[in-house]
Amino acid sequence: MTTGNNNLEKSSTETKKISRRDVLKTAGIGGIGVLIGASGFGGLLSITESKATDTVQNDIIPFYGKHQSGITTKTQDHVYFAALDVTAYEKPALVKLFKDWTEAAALMTEGKPVGELSSNEFLPPKDTGEAAGLSPSNLTITFGVGPSLFVKDGKDRFGLKHRRPKELVDLPKFPLDALEEEWTGGDLCIQACADDPQVAFHAVRNLIRIARGKAILRWAQPGFQRTKQADPKGETPRNLFGFKDGTVNPNFKNEQQLNKQVWVQPGDGPNWLVDGSYLVVRRIQMFIEVWDRTNLREQENTFGRYRDSGAPLGQSNEFDKLDLKSKKENGEYVIPVDSHVRLSHGDGSQQILRRAYSYSNGMDVKTGSFDAGLLFLCFQRTPSKQFIPIQKRLAQMDKLNEYTSHRGSAIFACLPGTIKGGYIGETLFN
Amino acid sequence: MKFLKISSILLISSSLLFGCSNSDKGAAPAKDQAKETTASSQDSFKEVTDEYREYAIGEIEEFVKATDAFTTAVKHGDIEKAKQLYAPARMHYERAEPIAEVFGDLDPKIDARAGDVSEAEWGGYHRIEKGLWEDNTTKGYEQYADQLMKDVNLLRAKVDTVEVTPDLLITGAVDLLNEVSTSKVTGEEDRYSHTDLYDFAANVEGAEKIYQLLNPALQKKDAELSKEIQTRFANVYSLLEKHKNGDGYKVYTDLSKEEVKALSQAIDALAEPLSQIGIVTEAS
Repeated sequence: MTTGNNNLEKSSTETKKISRRDVLKTAGIGGIGVLIGASGFGGLLSITESKATDTVQNDIIPFYGKHQSGITTKTQDHVYFAALDVTAYEKPALVKLFKDWTEAAALMTEGKPVGELSSNEFLPPKDTGEAAGLSPSNLTITFGVGPSLFVKDGKDRFGLKHRRPKELVDLPKFPLDALEEEWTGGDLCIQACADDPQVAFHAVRNLIRIARGKAILRWAQPGFQRTKQADPKGETPRNLFGFKDGTVNPNFKNEQQLNKQVWVQPGDGPNWLVDGSYLVVRRIQMFIEVWDRTNLREQENTFGRYRDSGAPLGQSNEFDKLDLKSKKENGEYVIPVDSHVRLSHGDGSQQILRRAYSYSNGMDVKTGSFDAGLLFLCFQRTPSKQFIPIQKRLAQMDKLNEYTSHRGSAIFACLPGTIKGGYIGETLFN
Repeated sequence: MKFLKISSILLISSSLLFGCSNSDKGAAPAKDQAKETTASSQDSFKEVTDEYREYAIGEIEEFVKATDAFTTAVKHGDIEKAKQLYAPARMHYERAEPIAEVFGDLDPKIDARAGDVSEAEWGGYHRIEKGLWEDNTTKGYEQYADQLMKDVNLLRAKVDTVEVTPDLLITGAVDLLNEVSTSKVTGEEDRYSHTDLYDFAANVEGAEKIYQLLNPALQKKDAELSKEIQTRFANVYSLLEKHKNGDGYKVYTDLSKEEVKALSQAIDALAEPLSQIGIVTEAS
């Protein structure tokens, strides 16, 4: 007995120092005793840990519903956005992917792992584990399909060509576009938003893992806003130029307005997209060093707003109506003709739902400057009547173009929501 | 065929094990049970582990012969011949890596790359690789050739003592692909000769051998998974095929960034389902 106990104590102390790789190396020589000790110990630890997630129940945005969440959901603090290319050749594989994704996404938005720990320790854990014990953090996962899923290089890949909506085509080339292949396009997209960056990353990571062999990452970009802790009043977030961004946005609670501007309606195009929405993504590099040496008046003229209050030039409050007619004594408009706010507004007939996030990817190795900017995400019912005309105006004469460069671009049709038992994409694939 | 529910028994025995550190009671049963698990699980896979053992020893034997030819060329100062023999010789080692690596002391002597060990200790294949490709000489490398031959002979002698267990196979298959993902894909393995694709292919072949040996058991458990793994192996091979150059492979630096990425993602796509091969240990 005593001897046995000594051995056991020894084996569990060894356990802590042994890496998985070491276990493999010694397994052949040392026999299985050490192996059991090592894996058993780890297994017990992780089982205890995973139970902790069950106690957290707040901060949940329902995954199932008429629309996908993450569109008219109050914008969370963080995003992890991924564009994917499908490598599968057949539609059934695609259907399986969306079924598996739906199931996993529903679990993760409730703060649950994508799969329970298997009792077989010779298998890798189903969930990657880094979100264990964390709050669901208002996680939303939004899936979309790009034009190239329907037709790529002239090929009708999955027999879906006839189902492609007219609106779902690559965006036109805008003046000054400096698009890079590595940040452009995609057959599918996943937008994971959460109030915690690790929760958002965990979601995309697990979905990409589930997709292995069926789809691969094409490009990915995390983004952030100020956190709710830092801004308890929930004011309009500021972009990396220091200006409030997103002041004019449809009211997320006004269903009539959303049906007009955000949700695809019956008769707009193929029925499968009804209650879905078009997502336009632009990865916009911001030359922050150049901006920082621009004087304040120039900065404010560029945006057409005051930096401090966010009010339109000539007004005093952020949400005051734009006065596009007022002129100064010298005959120039108070809100300059080439200002961002004037051009974005146009005649006011086009609106989009914006959910933009800042990004900073460390240093641009070519220039030694920050690689920072805006991951511009916007949703709309009809891109040809909303984002495209707005961007045409901006690309032609927006003063902001001196300080920015559009490096990435993509368009996706975000599928309608689904109910429990169904799956995202069902309307398209059936 | 009898399959043992190895995992649940492992879990039971290990929870006893864990609890036992503070208590005398139950220690002995836990230990007995562990032994029992070892014996039975190894019995049910005995044919497979025996066959793998034979395969691995066969590769190591070929490795001895190829290393002999390689080191002889180095010692004779025949640079061109040594260069020709370098990559194909290493493939035998890379195929049998799960076994070869068991010997933690020999692996660095044979296969360490610059920086893995101190400059004074650094010998083996990659040291000579640097001489052949970077310094373009064999002069001064004869001692490394001699030492390498000794170490490889020692490896051959020691391999007979390896106990091949089912878990060594299960972990080994994925580990071979992890080797590809972490060092071959990056071009760090053969940084002077850029013959990384030989090692790449050999690792994949080694993993495939294990898959093939476990496949009859896997078929019974999950035929769909087996088919999926097979398709993904075929996909990796078809990508490798594009980079063939006669009997061998192109130098790695000739591959475009996109081609490297495609290889890397194909390995990920294969390794993910292959990592499920542990289900063969479950009871039917």
